[in-house]
Amino acid sequence: MEGVSLRLPAGLENLEQFISFVSGQARQYGFDSLRLKEIELCTEEALVNIFNYAYSEKTGDVVLTCRGDGDKGFIIEICDYGEPFNINSIPTPEIDGDITDRKVGGLGIYFIHRLIDEVIYRREGDMNILTFIIYKKQSDT
Amino acid sequence: MEIDFRKEGRAQIASVKGRIDAVTAPEFEKKMLEVIEQGERTILINMSGLEYISSAGLRSILTIAKKLKAENGEVFFVALQGAVEEVFKISGFHSIFKVFDSEKSALEKI
Repeated sequence: MEGVSLRLPAGLENLEQFISFVSGQARQYGFDSLRLKEIELCTEEALVNIFNYAYSEKTGDVVLTCRGDGDKGFIIEICDYGEPFNINSIPTPEIDGDITDRKVGGLGIYFIHRLIDEVIYRREGDMNILTFIIYKKQSDT
Repeated sequence: MEIDFRKEGRAQIASVKGRIDAVTAPEFEKKMLEVIEQGERTILINMSGLEYISSAGLRSILTIAKKLKAENGEVFFVALQGAVEEVFKISGFHSIFKVFDSEKSALEKI
């Protein structure tokens, strides 16, 4: 995908750099501060899943690419070279229940599906490619 | 992420600032569990300075809450802002925990 990219090794030590990069690009596109936090959140959740699952057995890079598509929306592409990992296949967690019943996993992917307008996964050769499309709303400048 | 602790009556108030993400959540969890280990059973987490929390932070909160419940204690939340409040609502945490607008209103009711 055309756009501005950041490529770094997968790992929590690079999380802050990845998030700052995406946030800076999204800010330039014109999102307000709440939407920026939502974008940071969903990017973190996707990256942490890649670090833990796609790269559970080996190490490798993650390439983040951002592009504003005119008035249509802001596109984030997250590419890794790990094991096939499709977040769209993960079931929605149970969010009811009290403290005792409540399970701790699965919330990150749930956030992505709640907050990102389009979430597209595809496997291309040895790559997982996850695409987020975030629509521009009238309130975004 | 920074946490300041202070005691108010029987409540231990933890004021959290900055971001609780996958990098800082383990430190947040460790510090809160230490306070429980020291015998605190009523913990009020003031989130007025917290600008961001991800699922890693929610996982830590759940761990803390489960630990406190097992010890007959309870955790309360105060002054959630912007994205943090939204995350609490989406995840259902707003329903399973007691959330107050201010420390004053929390301390009156707990």
